[in-house]
Amino acid sequence: MTLNALRLIPMRSLLDLITGYWWDLRDFSNLTRMIYKHLEDWGFPDWSIYVISGLIGTLGIIAFIGGVAVINIWVERRVVGRMQSRLGPNRLGPFGLLQPVADAIKLMQKEVLQPASAPGLIYTLAPIAFTVPGIAVFAVVPWGRHAVLASLDVGLLYILGMSSLAVLSVFMAGYSSNNKYSLFGAMRVIAMLVSYEIPIVAGLLGVVLFAGTMDLQGIVLFQEENWAFMVMLQPLAFLIYFFAISAELNRTPADIAEAESEIVGGYHTEYSGMKFGLFYAAELINAVSVSAIIATLFLGGWWAYKLDELVPGWMIFIGKVYGVYFLFVWTRGTLPRFRIDQLLAFAWKWLTPMAIINVVVVAAEVLAWEESGWSAGFWIPVFIAVNGALTGALIFGFVKFFAPKFQRFPTRPRFYPDIDVPSLPAVTGAEFMAKGGQA
Amino acid sequence: MIEQFGRAGFLLVFAVIFPLIPISASVLLGVFKIRPSKPDPIKESIYECGMVPIGDAQVRYNVRYYLFGLLFVVFDVEAVFLYPWAVAYRQLGLYAFVEALIFIAILFVGYAYAWRKRAMEWM
Repeated sequence: MTLNALRLIPMRSLLDLITGYWWDLRDFSNLTRMIYKHLEDWGFPDWSIYVISGLIGTLGIIAFIGGVAVINIWVERRVVGRMQSRLGPNRLGPFGLLQPVADAIKLMQKEVLQPASAPGLIYTLAPIAFTVPGIAVFAVVPWGRHAVLASLDVGLLYILGMSSLAVLSVFMAGYSSNNKYSLFGAMRVIAMLVSYEIPIVAGLLGVVLFAGTMDLQGIVLFQEENWAFMVMLQPLAFLIYFFAISAELNRTPADIAEAESEIVGGYHTEYSGMKFGLFYAAELINAVSVSAIIATLFLGGWWAYKLDELVPGWMIFIGKVYGVYFLFVWTRGTLPRFRIDQLLAFAWKWLTPMAIINVVVVAAEVLAWEESGWSAGFWIPVFIAVNGALTGALIFGFVKFFAPKFQRFPTRPRFYPDIDVPSLPAVTGAEFMAKGGQA
Repeated sequence: MIEQFGRAGFLLVFAVIFPLIPISASVLLGVFKIRPSKPDPIKESIYECGMVPIGDAQVRYNVRYYLFGLLFVVFDVEAVFLYPWAVAYRQLGLYAFVEALIFIAILFVGYAYAWRKRAMEWM
């Protein structure tokens, strides 16, 4: 067929050829609906159709997660390598693509070293419990207009509950290892995750206020209805959630729980073989599930203006997930590790007040929207402008007025009060640079 | 609604099975002697940078962790109250807004007190 002949076929009729049939891959529900209809015709009872539909969704998600856990080992090491002017794995297979397979084989046939004083039930359960929440979160994440495994109307609460379970398994690992470094790592991670839970919960309140529902599909539909991604309406909540969750993920800018240069390996010091491999894989899975949550809540999930009529929703969704995942890899590749006091101060003194201010402002905006009776076409651009300005003003204001003083020497630990250290006047970073870098 | 929770339960079951597969593969390799297993007392000791570990790891730790725990409880209770409020907010109107403002103001007093008492600093 020549190009001219192609032009003769109107686009609309091409779409008619596939819309609603089972081969319409833009929407998997066409395919599944056909399967259920055939099953009903063959006389399957209702409950078996329910079980089969649940299994189809579950196996799809598990296949995605399994693929992600394998591929992302390679993606992450290659991307971080490129950011740090290295090559990354490039020996096994084309572009080093077989590296994850080799890793898995190596980890599986390694001798398992576990301390004689440690192993118990909790020690064995910890890596398994660490993997579960990251996968379970995907139950409520929508993949398309009709493709969601469980449309819970408390979806966001389910996600928050599941993601805080990871804390428990980290503490199980650290406490049962009978290793002091593991215990330090676990205690640090508890203090940090508990602190970052507040900005996460308070930041997502703004999203729930706007959408008026905790159902993730409902939040996506809200964005579609108002023709705006939530990140435009809620840039502050997006930033708060992004920074807080990247601390919760225990990845490099905030990996004080497993800081190699301080406490050996943190909570997984005593793990080896496939149990360690599970911690490693679960970290990647958690990163992807968090990216999926961000893509759904803030970036419209499967919806992308007119694009989702042509491209399958799940493709758009996976594209967005990997876009957010790239941001996480980027922060990991570029930022050095923070100290624990910096991290906790950031959570309590910056993110928490900002999140609470955000909630109050959003509540006022939604009130104005509801009470005025004016249409979304008027209010949405106003909210985008106001919230954008508010975000800029808050970040600038906090940096201007609340930034901690910059000190050449850290304050002395009070354990050694008798050691005499020359103390220099505390200055802000800007003052320091204005003096030409001379304190 | 209950059948939707059932579907989430399906995924939960598979999420537990998923990590069990590599673990059991590793165990099987051990059973068939493909994986080496030659334990000795040094390998089985706790790894603390090569030093001989002194005492048990079930030790007392600093009280500052509890301060953060207490702060967390205070603020997480706030979330428990504010999430139902946020979902129903569009139907409730001005009354709910004022109520939430008062609630957040009370919370903010506690927050300022904790900041003033230096409870948020890693000492």
